[in-house]
Amino acid sequence: MNRKVMIPIASIIVFIGFLLLKFDFEAVDSSQALWDAFIVTAGGFLTLMIFSFLYRDNPFYKFAEHLYVGVSAAYWMCVGFWSNIVQQAIPHLSPWLSEALDQPFLGYKWDYWIPIAFGLLLLTRLLPDSLKIGWLSKWTLAFIVASTAGLLMTANLKANFISQISSTMSLPLLPDWTGFGDFVSNFDLSYGGQFIKMLSNWVIVVGVISGLVYFFFSKEHTGWFGRVSRLGIWVLMVTFGASFGYTVMGRVSLLVGRLTFLFRDWAGIIS
Amino acid sequence: MTLQSRTSRNAFWPGFRLAVYGMMFGIVFSSSAVLSQEATAEVDNASTMLAPMLAPAAPGNVTVEDAPNDAGHAVIVTFSQSQAPADGQALVLGYEIYRSLARSGPWKKVGAVPSDVDVTASLIYKDAGGSDKSSDDYLPTETDLFYRVRAVTADSTLYSDSEVSAPAQAVGQWWNSGRNPVFFFVLFFTLLTLYFLRVAKQRGDSLYIRPLAGIDAVDEAIGRATEMGKPILYVLGLGTASDIATIASFTILGRVARKVAEYQTDVIVPCYDPIVFTIAQETVRTGYMDAGRPDAYRDDQVYFVTQAQFAYVAAVNGTILRDRPATNIYLGKFYAESLILAETGAIAGSIQIAGTDEIAQLPFFVVACDYTLIGEELYAASAYLGREPLLLGALKAQDYAKAVIVVLAILGVIMSGLGYEGFAKAFEAVG
Repeated sequence: MNRKVMIPIASIIVFIGFLLLKFDFEAVDSSQALWDAFIVTAGGFLTLMIFSFLYRDNPFYKFAEHLYVGVSAAYWMCVGFWSNIVQQAIPHLSPWLSEALDQPFLGYKWDYWIPIAFGLLLLTRLLPDSLKIGWLSKWTLAFIVASTAGLLMTANLKANFISQISSTMSLPLLPDWTGFGDFVSNFDLSYGGQFIKMLSNWVIVVGVISGLVYFFFSKEHTGWFGRVSRLGIWVLMVTFGASFGYTVMGRVSLLVGRLTFLFRDWAGIIS
Repeated sequence: MTLQSRTSRNAFWPGFRLAVYGMMFGIVFSSSAVLSQEATAEVDNASTMLAPMLAPAAPGNVTVEDAPNDAGHAVIVTFSQSQAPADGQALVLGYEIYRSLARSGPWKKVGAVPSDVDVTASLIYKDAGGSDKSSDDYLPTETDLFYRVRAVTADSTLYSDSEVSAPAQAVGQWWNSGRNPVFFFVLFFTLLTLYFLRVAKQRGDSLYIRPLAGIDAVDEAIGRATEMGKPILYVLGLGTASDIATIASFTILGRVARKVAEYQTDVIVPCYDPIVFTIAQETVRTGYMDAGRPDAYRDDQVYFVTQAQFAYVAAVNGTILRDRPATNIYLGKFYAESLILAETGAIAGSIQIAGTDEIAQLPFFVVACDYTLIGEELYAASAYLGREPLLLGALKAQDYAKAVIVVLAILGVIMSGLGYEGFAKAFEAVG
């Protein structure tokens, strides 16, 4: 027997062994107990299979990958079909279809035919090339890209542009300023203190302006312009550094969650 | 003597006993009197507590006006709160807003507002209904609406209703004045674009665009892939066809596909979104046709994987390790998968070029990829590669718009510092 046969057989034996270990032989409902044992065992094995990728690509990883892709693709197709077509479109299109699919008929709505027509046009791509109507699908694509780009333009301009600039403008560079003497005599480095407020406002204003200068594309970044642009990229990199650290902490907590499942629920090493 | 003294003692004893009994009776009586007084007081208090409370004062001055800058299905109700509770009046916890199409009812509760500690403050409620006549929250447009406000207490039986408001109508507006700044920016930017479009057409591709290292590396990376005889992996990310980053990525994909076709190498495009997949197929096919090699195009170069984020990542990772592409290009919208993909590519030894406008993911690309296009550089890359007058003009217009923004920001900060807050407020977009 070669390795290609031995490894799957050994894996199945180990899986069954773990399944028996997790099975509660004293349970009243044995089928439920078997299902629970199977879920935990399969979860543990699949987790280890995915983790095996850290070593290198291998048949176990391939198995988990293909299972994951296949199940998720089928799942999302079903969700899309039932939530969009069956639950939303059909109840407004046909009483007969609504009844057949066990959905309440909510009355005819002519505007529902527009997306349906676009959807059907999109499917013309699947027809044989000899019919020469596949190009009709481009109408749908053009409509999706153009309409959403137009709709998003004002929303993006407002959220990412005007609001940012307006907020920057409102920042006082000398907050609570009552004179240099007061500033020196009341100088303190606490978080809510005047100096820290002033410093943070200056950092934001200078950071926004130098960051904008970095994103000038039609002017060469040399001389004073280049120096401001350089400051801009420094500001960006410091921001990225802070963001990196913050996100990595989040990822570590995800890893801890998965390891907890492995060691507690599956292996039972920790309580 | 003995008899006499016994007699006198016998005469004394009944008087003494009487005095003792009297004293004891007095003590007991006085104690019971105190107790009865206390008991009476408790009863009085209890009777005070159990006395039925009075309803609170009614809210007043209910005024209703059309909500500005909307489609005509909302009104704003303003009212003054109930006066502070007098003796015996229940405390007001909040106010319920009722709407009717007639002064006499029937009334429908449309919302509630908690009471304010400062009873002199007027309260505002925005009754924003829907436009669908079949829905429960439908609010008719251009129809007389009447409102009534009810002050409610902890006891559901104790409440007070305000007078019915004067009729008001919800009216739609054609122009949202809250978005005037957006309109003027769009107008300004459009005019700038049109102007620079004309300039770009006249001057051809001589308009300067600063080099973008990540994009300069694309040609080099395609050449490397050709020399190595390995494919190029192009990942469009998790965005939909409506995301600007994905749209920008399509332009670059078209350019990459054309180059790949010219160099007779291979490109692999695994897709997450079905619509993106369809557009990517068209883009790559067009690229091959532009290069004069439509026969070299295969449909399976661009394929749909799944719409589950990490299943997609698992599949792309597998492709990276099995096909060992010479170059991985990640341009588009990315989320938590960015570092996983980039790390796998680095392990596989591929040259990696990435770009996204997702700020949270940029750090991962910066640390794990050879070249990274930061935010707007991704949008500029399409103009840089294509050198088409339309894109060049738009890019030039963007730069001028940015210059104006920088000047306005500096001016705004100075004006705010001098106490002229109105300047910054003029740029606030509402609604």
